[in-house]
Amino acid sequence: MNNIELDLLKMIADIEGTPKGAYNIRANGKLDSRAVTENIDIKTKTDKPGIDIIISPGTKGETVHIPVIISETDYSETVFNDFYIGDDADVTIMAGCGIHNCGEKESRHDGIHTFYVGKNAKIKYIEKHYGDGDGNGEKNMNPTTVINIADGGYMEMETTQIKGIDSTNRITKAVLGEDAKLIIHEKLMTHGKQFAGTDFTVDLNGKNSSANVVSRSVAKDKSKQRFLSKINGNNLCSGHTECDAIIMDDAVVSAIPEITANHIDASLIHEAAIGKIAGEQLIKLMTLGLTEAEAEKQIVNGFLK
Amino acid sequence: MLELKEISFAAEGENGRKEILKNINLKIDEGFNVITGPNGGGKSTLAKIIAGIITPTEGKIYLDGEDITELSITERAKKGISFAFQQPVRFKGITVHDLISLASGKDISINEACDYLSQVGLCARDYINREVNASLSGGELKRIEIATVLARGTKVSLFDEPEAGIDLWSFNNLIKVFEKMRNTLGGSILIISHQERILNIADKVIVVANGNIKAEGTKDEILPELLGATASACKVLTDSLGGNE
Repeated sequence: MNNIELDLLKMIADIEGTPKGAYNIRANGKLDSRAVTENIDIKTKTDKPGIDIIISPGTKGETVHIPVIISETDYSETVFNDFYIGDDADVTIMAGCGIHNCGEKESRHDGIHTFYVGKNAKIKYIEKHYGDGDGNGEKNMNPTTVINIADGGYMEMETTQIKGIDSTNRITKAVLGEDAKLIIHEKLMTHGKQFAGTDFTVDLNGKNSSANVVSRSVAKDKSKQRFLSKINGNNLCSGHTECDAIIMDDAVVSAIPEITANHIDASLIHEAAIGKIAGEQLIKLMTLGLTEAEAEKQIVNGFLK
Repeated sequence: MLELKEISFAAEGENGRKEILKNINLKIDEGFNVITGPNGGGKSTLAKIIAGIITPTEGKIYLDGEDITELSITERAKKGISFAFQQPVRFKGITVHDLISLASGKDISINEACDYLSQVGLCARDYINREVNASLSGGELKRIEIATVLARGTKVSLFDEPEAGIDLWSFNNLIKVFEKMRNTLGGSILIISHQERILNIADKVIVVANGNIKAEGTKDEILPELLGATASACKVLTDSLGGNE
């Protein structure tokens, strides 16, 4: 692996050298390296590109890294990764994709991740997307996440795209069983002429299921963002969706929350707010000795922290 | 020393141009200075002019003899002017520790930041990692705001109605904070306040009403008039200040 690829890996997965525990590193469409543990198996799919990650029931405290990096221009791929999380397991999965495109043509990664979270299993899923490179070639990513949570299961998803991706359409669909819980935190920053579309659909099918979908985003320059969030309450359940966006320069942001109660005991809330940085926030930080540009940076960094 | 020379400020309102401040001349020495006077008299505008948030229509401001009238908010902050807002600003994602670090101008440790919070009567460990957002009450925000000014420790510290929006219990604690600050902070402290207990610890009291300085002097000179025993303070203020120019 060259230095560019190692830098990408550090950026998206925060790993240097060999990660601990189970991992699968994919570089430019090929398996770079892999490790499995006694409880976590990773298998290459035979019918289509991608891997199966199989976590044994009762596995506790282990981490799986499955970063993807692309450093070639004019390269596109669609990858199917399936995660089978056994009952009562408690694990952290770190995924992410970094693209370095110095060329003139598109580099694209479309990842379709499907989760089967077992009964009473607990999973934290962290996903980071990042692009760099000086060329004019576009760096595009379209992640799809399909989540199935069995009774009593819990999933926390943290998805971050801070820099460098020209176009992204992010689709997340979740179905929850009885007493299942889903928490999603999305952090997004777009600049230049980028476009980011986000589309969440959550079906709260189980009794006492709950979901909290929170998106914070900053849109700079001439970038565009579209946030769609649908929560369907199909049982005694609670759902909350929130989109909070800072708009700057000539950016455009749309927030379209949709909540549907199909059951008398469904309790659903949506909140959406879009606005520029408040003038008084800038003034306050300037009275502490920051310049206007420094104040703006602090406010944006804090907002997306 | 801070000096205002012939400061005037007018703003366009619904009923035409309104003079908010009229030809203010004022010297603020080291020590504890309190500006008081009726609402709408121009006190907050005066503080914002000193901090550089509002540009005066006319007049000059000097800090230690240097003309700072044309300097920006940032430049004045760097020269040593601090300002605690009447209504503190909320920030999503910025923690109390972040804000105090920014105020102090360096990466300060949790322990150092906690010291400043303790000085304003907050149980520091409970607050240090909380976000300066809507989850904090008005009184808590107000104390954090004051802590940012303490952390800066500059030669001029402005406080715009530190008591506003604070419940009585918190207020009693806050008075202690200011009594202590009087001895520890140093430099020129300038507080806008209506509170007798804050006026009581002033070295100098300045009464601003209707855009003018109506009176200035030691608390022994000013307070008896302001808080006259025989009539309501309000009446005395209007009569004596209106008639004694």
